[in-house]
Amino acid sequence: MSAVPETLKFANDHGLHADDHGGGHHDEHHDTGGNTLFGFWLYLMTDCILFASVFATYAVLYMNTDGGVSGKDIFDLNFVLVETAALLVSSITYGFALLCAHKQQKAGTLLWLLVTMALGCVFIAMEVYEFHHLIVEGNGPDGSAFLSSFFALVGMHGLHVTAGLIWMLVMVFEVLKRGLGAQTVTRLGCLSLFWHFLDIVWVCVFSVVYLLGAM
Amino acid sequence: MSLLGNLTLDAVPYHEPIIMVTLAVIGVIGLAIVGLITKYQKWGVLWHNWLTSVDHKRLGIMYIILALVMLIRGFSDAIMMRTQLAMATNGAAGYLPPEHYDQIFTAHGIIMIIFMAMPFMIGLMNIVLPLQIGARDVAFPFMNNLSFWLAAAGAVLINISLGLGEFAKTGWLAYPPLSEMSFSPGVGVDYYIWALQISGIGTLLTGVNFLATVFKMRAPGMKLMQMPIFTWACTWANILIVASFPILTAVLGLLTLDRYLDFHFFTNDGGGNAMMYINLFWAWGHPEVYILVLPAFGIFSEVISTFTGKRLFGYTSMVWASGAISILGFVVWLHHFFTMGSSADVNAFFGVMTMIIAIPTGVKLFNWLFTMYRGRLRITVPVLWTLGFMVTFSIGGMTGVLLAVPGADYVLHNSLFLVAHFHNTIIGGAVFGYMAGFAFWFPKATGFHLNERLGKYSFWCWQIGFYVAFMPLYVLGFLGMTRRLNHTNNPDWNIWLYIAALGAVIIFVGIVLQFVQLYVSIRDRKQNPDVDGDPWNGHTLEWSTASPPQFYNFAVLPKVHDIDAFTDMKEKGIEYQAPDEYMPIHMPRNTAAGMQIAGAAGIVGFALIWHIWWLAIVGSLGMVVALIARCYAKDVDYYVEPQEVAEIERAHLASVATVKEEAL
Repeated sequence: MSAVPETLKFANDHGLHADDHGGGHHDEHHDTGGNTLFGFWLYLMTDCILFASVFATYAVLYMNTDGGVSGKDIFDLNFVLVETAALLVSSITYGFALLCAHKQQKAGTLLWLLVTMALGCVFIAMEVYEFHHLIVEGNGPDGSAFLSSFFALVGMHGLHVTAGLIWMLVMVFEVLKRGLGAQTVTRLGCLSLFWHFLDIVWVCVFSVVYLLGAM
Repeated sequence: MSLLGNLTLDAVPYHEPIIMVTLAVIGVIGLAIVGLITKYQKWGVLWHNWLTSVDHKRLGIMYIILALVMLIRGFSDAIMMRTQLAMATNGAAGYLPPEHYDQIFTAHGIIMIIFMAMPFMIGLMNIVLPLQIGARDVAFPFMNNLSFWLAAAGAVLINISLGLGEFAKTGWLAYPPLSEMSFSPGVGVDYYIWALQISGIGTLLTGVNFLATVFKMRAPGMKLMQMPIFTWACTWANILIVASFPILTAVLGLLTLDRYLDFHFFTNDGGGNAMMYINLFWAWGHPEVYILVLPAFGIFSEVISTFTGKRLFGYTSMVWASGAISILGFVVWLHHFFTMGSSADVNAFFGVMTMIIAIPTGVKLFNWLFTMYRGRLRITVPVLWTLGFMVTFSIGGMTGVLLAVPGADYVLHNSLFLVAHFHNTIIGGAVFGYMAGFAFWFPKATGFHLNERLGKYSFWCWQIGFYVAFMPLYVLGFLGMTRRLNHTNNPDWNIWLYIAALGAVIIFVGIVLQFVQLYVSIRDRKQNPDVDGDPWNGHTLEWSTASPPQFYNFAVLPKVHDIDAFTDMKEKGIEYQAPDEYMPIHMPRNTAAGMQIAGAAGIVGFALIWHIWWLAIVGSLGMVVALIARCYAKDVDYYVEPQEVAEIERAHLASVATVKEEAL
């Protein structure tokens, strides 16, 4: 706040609020939530292509088992179903968090963020368990091209979810300390896009890797 | 496990006199620069005005400085290769042993494309694009600074490889299985991976940033189909960046997993498939060459229309031709490896698609010709580069169409014909374009003119040197000489190799002249000022600002009614109007966060190259902490007071008035 005189707050000639939320601050000059959200959408599209590339790699290599296990041998659909449910439900709970944020309900926002994080942690924990189990069984990523591409695709999604969880933790502190200013809500909006995006990617992973693989 | 991972003193190539002398020269120059900065007490200026700047114009200049430095490095590699090949004929060994020579041609390719051409293009785009659309900065100024430093971190890594360890010996494509651990156990490929990965992420962020800028921050009234043609060309290039660079990120990541964690994507064993790498690589690599050349096309369009004093012929067709090239650029990647052995149908499809690209490119060429038709072309340095391009690039384009015939490609694949072709298009297209843009916008960025005479000398050296250096390579390709040979033993080739070496020397003179031009121009800057900011009678909004532009670009955001917005204002007589009162202007503050994050990224890269795991963890944490700290930094912006704006604007308008009086 320090640098911006109170009287000038609404005065920039975009007609946009420079900084009308207590304590919050802009990252970028005359940046509005709109610019940030649009930029974040663009980033998500690039992330989408990143996943597409690894999906393509999986599609090309999934039959290259090098005489080792194939999807049918290692996928436990019941296990993955629980994992999937955790992640999908976390998307809904994140939606509740964002609804609360838009209504300026701090406690509700925090509560739903924590529920979302718990579900996200369940998902990650189950994935780590699955990976660990496979490696212990001797079916680690160095086993074959199929296993390499399986670990890379699912693992990359897992890393994204982990990054999302760290981000969410940071946002919890931001909401606690700063409340629900415009910038914080914009950031929660970006994280929401990210979280739902990862859900959509997981739906593809679940269908292409697990369902088709187990058949 | 050592604290320094695989890094030992043996990594320094003491036994290579060429490298040690190079390092000594770099060290001396570096010390001289540090000494000069200290002597003139410029550290504060450097830090506050440049390194931490989030101003797109200053970042643009820093990008171009990076490009010029890397041009010296990349060209040194080039002239070493040409002299080696001119000496190592008739079975002679020459002066570069194969393991060193292999690193040189790999480094040459990566440096010239990723660390010379890309920064040059992004630098010009940084300086010009926000001004052309009447914006005060890009959408995310801090991210712009971060992008620059990520590119710089990649460049630092590739230069460290010179003195510590080695660079990849695989060719600039790093094709597996050669680039896999089993065949390239050294650190060379790891340097390649991390230098490319880090700078590639910077480029990706630039693409996102500039797309958000053109879609969200155009001046009031400017419709998409009223954006200046250079901005449009860059926009297509940025669309290509965001669509293709993630593929590079992915493929490098997969190669990393193969090398570090024993995955089997591209290995010979374990069911790996090396062709998957090659497909993915070119799915990025082919769009990449259009990322390089489309902005150059935009520059030529601006130059031709400005110096003929005419509106660009066929603006709409130009925009859509760029769009067609961009889209087609994604369905031609397989022509880089027709010899993979796909079916005739697949090869035919990619061959035909490749040839079709000649059509929108031809549209552009005719548009430039029709713009010149009945115009009065002023033969300035930018125009010379443009004319040189039109001839040279046409030849390169036609040899490209020839290579697009799969049958012909089976004969010419990996021959010097191919090497001649892509140098023909990248030098004759992209580099000539950047040189034109450099000369065109130099007064805008700096406030003074480049020496015209030395610029013309340099152009002619480049132009003549290019033909002398690369036309022989077409011949050598037909004579059966393949690329990446360290020495030859075929008397028929000798004469052409000698001529090519001579051509490289002529280009060398051209580059020297460019640096002399830069030196002379800076020395004589007081004699050649660009007083009113509109030295060429420009058409677009960047010329309405002072030179160098006010740090906030526009005191009042311009209202746009036409493609040539500034010409439109001049015709209406409203080009330099002071408003009744100025408003405060919201500006971002400089920040060191970009340097911190990118510096940590560079450290992570270095640590991973040498398997110094603890340092990689520390560096990664540093990146995350620096990013979070930036997100919660106080005091990231400020307002420029109206009085200050008024003073700056009054000075600019007074300069404009003096120039107008002198003209009368």
